[in-house]
Amino acid sequence: MALAKVESVSLNGLSGHAIDIEVDIAEGLPSFTLLGLPDAALSESRERVRSALLNSGLPWPHKKITISLSPAWLPKSGSHFDLPIAIGLLEAQGLISTHRCSSLISLGELGLDGAIRPVRGVLPTLVSALSRGVLSAIVPRANFAEAKVLPDIEVLAFSYLSEVVRYFTTGELPVMEQISVSDSTAEPLNLLDVVGQVPARHALEISAIGSHHLLLIGPPGTGKTMLAERLPSIMPELTDALSLEVSAIHSVAGSLTQRGLLTRTPPFVAPHHTTTTAAMIGGGSHAVRPGAVSLAHGGVLFIDEAPECAAGVLDSLRQPLESGHVTISRSIGTVTYPADFLLVLAANPCPCGKFNGRGRACTCSSMQIRNYLKRFSGPLLDRIDIRTFVEAPTRAEMASEGHGESSEIVRARVLQARLIASDRFAEEGWKVNADIPSRELRGKYRAERGGMSFLHAELEGQRLSARGFHKVLRVAWSIADSKGHMRPTQSDVEDAFALREGTFL
Amino acid sequence: MIFTLPFTMKNQILGALGEDLVARHIQARGYTLIERNWRIKSGEVDLIAISPENITVFIEVKSRRSRTYGDPLDAIRASKAARLQRLALAWLVLNHKWGDEYRIDCVGVLFDKAGNYEIDYREGVL
Repeated sequence: MALAKVESVSLNGLSGHAIDIEVDIAEGLPSFTLLGLPDAALSESRERVRSALLNSGLPWPHKKITISLSPAWLPKSGSHFDLPIAIGLLEAQGLISTHRCSSLISLGELGLDGAIRPVRGVLPTLVSALSRGVLSAIVPRANFAEAKVLPDIEVLAFSYLSEVVRYFTTGELPVMEQISVSDSTAEPLNLLDVVGQVPARHALEISAIGSHHLLLIGPPGTGKTMLAERLPSIMPELTDALSLEVSAIHSVAGSLTQRGLLTRTPPFVAPHHTTTTAAMIGGGSHAVRPGAVSLAHGGVLFIDEAPECAAGVLDSLRQPLESGHVTISRSIGTVTYPADFLLVLAANPCPCGKFNGRGRACTCSSMQIRNYLKRFSGPLLDRIDIRTFVEAPTRAEMASEGHGESSEIVRARVLQARLIASDRFAEEGWKVNADIPSRELRGKYRAERGGMSFLHAELEGQRLSARGFHKVLRVAWSIADSKGHMRPTQSDVEDAFALREGTFL
Repeated sequence: MIFTLPFTMKNQILGALGEDLVARHIQARGYTLIERNWRIKSGEVDLIAISPENITVFIEVKSRRSRTYGDPLDAIRASKAARLQRLALAWLVLNHKWGDEYRIDCVGVLFDKAGNYEIDYREGVL
């Protein structure tokens, strides 16, 4: 048979598109034509497949080879079509028959020696294949653990092209030493390590309860990064579905090995402040890769020295903050990735970093100080519920033998408070306090009378904007949940008001 | 042997041998050979024959001793193919056959050390 058809998948974001790979070997001068809008990596496939076949002792047909990846209109990218192309070439030459497996897809990059190399995005690829009724999949051996996550699909993992040929001719599978899926063994960061910082700890806890975005302001070296890094350790663990989704995103980004498969700990992503918009929200010219906001999906996005970011980068966070996902348009199409994260911004109080309201160390002019934090745009600050100062630990705190509460204790409280909130919101369209709509905060979700009149007085005295009014109430609900109050009391509201210390913003 | 032939000379002999073999190959199949190494300024056609169906056939022969540098036919690239087309048309014009049906065939001849050979005949490939 000079015509063969093999199936694979092209990923667009996290959703896959079924791709039929037809291989035709016709009489004529030796040539190789790859149809179906391949990108550079895919066009190079010819050389990889040719060498892989020859070096595996398999024949390369010196004929007119036409390979069509359909649907033809869809631009295709990536090296994972190497393996299906090689299988198609072998089947078209009548050397193997894939009829052994019904509804089979295959993916893998080929090395010149015939090795099957790991590829990105195996998990979302198989998820989408499964939804179309695919029953078995050939994947690179190195991606086996990732593919095995889905119990309903038969996974055939190979290290070499020759093993694939042996399987199709004799039905023999390579012997695989069982490798255990190891959880990331690194000791998770713990709040125990943080000295002092009682107000900041409190802000972290309330932030974790209500998913309130957080701004930490403080001089360099006071522990802003240290605190932010420990936020995931007091957040609830990811659910099964969410952890699968997070793994899928990291699979596409190629960062699954660093993070570990199906890890329950919420991710912590800290892009540098010089990062570009494309790196932040995702981008790329051939295949749109997930950016920092999507890698932080379900976890924490931490931006240190946030005022130093290019203005456009911070503002690009507004869409994902609003909708919980990010949509990126490129000439090759539009991709949507989930991006529901807890934003933590850290900033120095002034350009020199030493301003704390009382010391003489700061060398900045008052104008510089005022302009520094103005670099945050209003709409971005609008989404940040808690602003807190992080002061340097005192000498007494540094000298003391004792330490603060551990992450485990704090997380137990967070979980308890979240339980209360999720019961309360059972019939609402949102899950956490940060998402309560403003209208509801003035109606069904008011604070107690004392709390409301406190806020009205602050509003009257122009110490609070209308925007701030609603934010304080949302935070007050989280405080109430942490204390087991049915409705925020006046002290909860005052506490919440105090968590917006940076009111000059 | 007192002297060895220059390398290129050996290749020319190999090429001529390949062309001989192909000429015999097609004659055995009822072709009438009408030109060998037909040459004009812009190039050369190895063999020109009339097929049993009375079609003018232009034949390019590529001979190799091994596949080390690829299949013999791999040597025919796009520029070579275009030249063959031009030469074929030139021959047709010069022989007042312009507009007649014609065909271009490419043939790979692979020799081994023992002197055996293998003819890979591709009909109408250009």
